[in-house]
Amino acid sequence: MMNFNPGSRPPGTDPGGSGGHAAPSEAAADAVRAHGLTVVRGPRTVLRTLDFTVPRGQITGLLGPSGCGKSTLMRAVVGTQAKVTGTLDVLGRPAGHPALRTRIGYVTQAPSVYDDLTIRQNLDYFAAILDPGRAAADRRHENVTRAIADVDLTHHADALAGNLSGGQRNRVSLAVALLGTPELLVLDEPTVGLDPVLRRDLWNLFHEIATGRGATLLISSHVMDEAERCHRLLLMREGQILADATPDALRTRTGADTVESAFLHLVDAATQTARAKESTR
Amino acid sequence: MTTRTSTRTSPAQPVAPAPGSALNMSRTTATAARVLRQLRHDPRTIALLILIPCLMLFLLRYVFDGSPRTFDSIGASLLGIFPLITMFLVTSIATLRERTSGTLERLLAMPLGKGDLIAGYALAFGGLAIVQSALATALAVWFLDLDVTGSAWLLLLVALLDALLGTALGLFVSAFAASEFQAVQFMPAVIFPQLLLCGLFAARDTMHPALEAVSDVLPMSYAVDGMNEVLHHTDMTATFVRDVLIVAGCALLVLFLGAATLRRRTP
Repeated sequence: MMNFNPGSRPPGTDPGGSGGHAAPSEAAADAVRAHGLTVVRGPRTVLRTLDFTVPRGQITGLLGPSGCGKSTLMRAVVGTQAKVTGTLDVLGRPAGHPALRTRIGYVTQAPSVYDDLTIRQNLDYFAAILDPGRAAADRRHENVTRAIADVDLTHHADALAGNLSGGQRNRVSLAVALLGTPELLVLDEPTVGLDPVLRRDLWNLFHEIATGRGATLLISSHVMDEAERCHRLLLMREGQILADATPDALRTRTGADTVESAFLHLVDAATQTARAKESTR
Repeated sequence: MTTRTSTRTSPAQPVAPAPGSALNMSRTTATAARVLRQLRHDPRTIALLILIPCLMLFLLRYVFDGSPRTFDSIGASLLGIFPLITMFLVTSIATLRERTSGTLERLLAMPLGKGDLIAGYALAFGGLAIVQSALATALAVWFLDLDVTGSAWLLLLVALLDALLGTALGLFVSAFAASEFQAVQFMPAVIFPQLLLCGLFAARDTMHPALEAVSDVLPMSYAVDGMNEVLHHTDMTATFVRDVLIVAGCALLVLFLGAATLRRRTP
C-alpha cells in the first residue's frame, strides 16, 4: 500500500516530548495553542476554558467518549465552529484565518464527498479549489494520483463514490485532506468502520506523514487502543481535558498497563473530586 | 465569534491567494464543471429537465387547439416560467445536499470564496437553462406556431434571466430547509403565489388593487410581462428593457442574499 517501511517507527514511541507544555519561547514549535478555549453550542457549553498545545510534526491523539466535545474542538481548530472564545492559534495565526485554508487538511466524521462523482472527479475538483489555474494542471494531476494511492484506492479511482463501501468513502474523504500537502491534518475519527488491516495501514500512513512529510496530525478516536500509536494524547471528558501527555507518561503517572485503564483511572479520580467538592458545599 | 488574536508580525508562510470577495475565475469554472459532471451521472434528471417543458408546451398547444391567440399568450409566459421553476427546484435540492453532505463545510474550510461557489452554480444551471429554453423556444416558435412579433432571441434572453432568478431563489431558500421534504415544499410557498399573481391567469390590472400591488413587487410578474412585450412588439420597448432589468436585478439581489446565508462558521 504505502511505499515506506512500516516498521520505521514502532507505535507509541515518544520522539522526545515530555509531559509538560512547551515553554513560551518555544511557542512557534506548536502547531496549535489554545488558552481559555470555550465553545458554546445552543444552550450548552461544549468546551470549558481549555488550555492545550499540539506540537508540530507529531501525531496528537484526541481521545474520549462520544459526545465529549472532540469534534467541536476540531471544528474550532479548523475554523468552522461559531461562538469560540479564548485564544486559539493555529500555525501561528488565529484559527479560521483565510491564509490557513490551504495549510490545513480536515476530514469530518461523516465522509464529505460527492456521491455522484467518481473518486478521481471528487479529488480533481477539490484539487482545483486548493491549487487553481491551468498552469497548475500537471501538479494537480500528480497530487490527485498520489492522494488516491496514499489511501489505497487506485484500483477504484473511476468508481462512483456513492457505490463504495462506508470505509472506502471515508478514505476518499481522507484523500481529499491529503491533497496539497497540508501542514496540519485534522482527522475526526478517520478509522471508524475499517478492518484491522486497513486501520494498521492508515496508521502507518499517518506516521509517514508526520515523520516523512513533517506534518502535524490531530486525530480523534474513541478507540483506546489507537492511543498507543500516537506521540501525544489529549484525553477529554465532558468538555474538559483530563490529561495532556505522552502515552508512556500517562501510564507511568497512573500506574496502569494500557491507556484505556489509565483513562478510566483518571475518569474515576475526576468523578471523586467532583463528588468531594459537591459534598463540601 | 471572538477568537482573540495574538499579534504576530512575521507570517511563517507566504500568504496564499486571498479568497476574498472577488471572484476567482478558475475556482468558479471548476465549480460549474463539477456541478455539471454530477448531473452527467444522472441522465434521468437531465432528460426530465429538458423534455418536460417541451412536453408541456406541446400539450398546451393542443389544449388551446381552437384558440391559437390564447396559446400565444400563455405559451410565451410559460417559456419564462418553466426555467424559473425547474432551476429553483434543482438548485434548492442541489445546495441542500451540499449543506447536509458536509461538502459545503469542507469547501468553506478551503480557499473557496462564497462568490465562487454561487457563481459556479449559477454558471452551471444557467448553461443548462440555455439548453432547456432554446429547445422549448425553438419547439414553440417553429413547430407549434407560437406567433411572436419580436425576436425569438429576446424570448431566450428573458428565459435565461428567469432561470438565473430561479437559481438564486433556490440557493436562498435552501438555507432555510433542513431536509429535502422542506425544500420541495418551498416550491409552492415561493413559486405558486407568484404564478397566481404574475398575470398568467388574469391580467394584473384586473386584480383586486391589494393583489395588484403585491404582484408589482414580485419578480415573476416582470418576467411574464417581458415575454408578452416580445410577443406583441417588433423591437425592444422601454417596458421590455425595464422588465429585463428588474428580473436581472432581482436575480443578483437574491444571489447576494444567498451568499450571505453561506457561513464559514456554523453553530
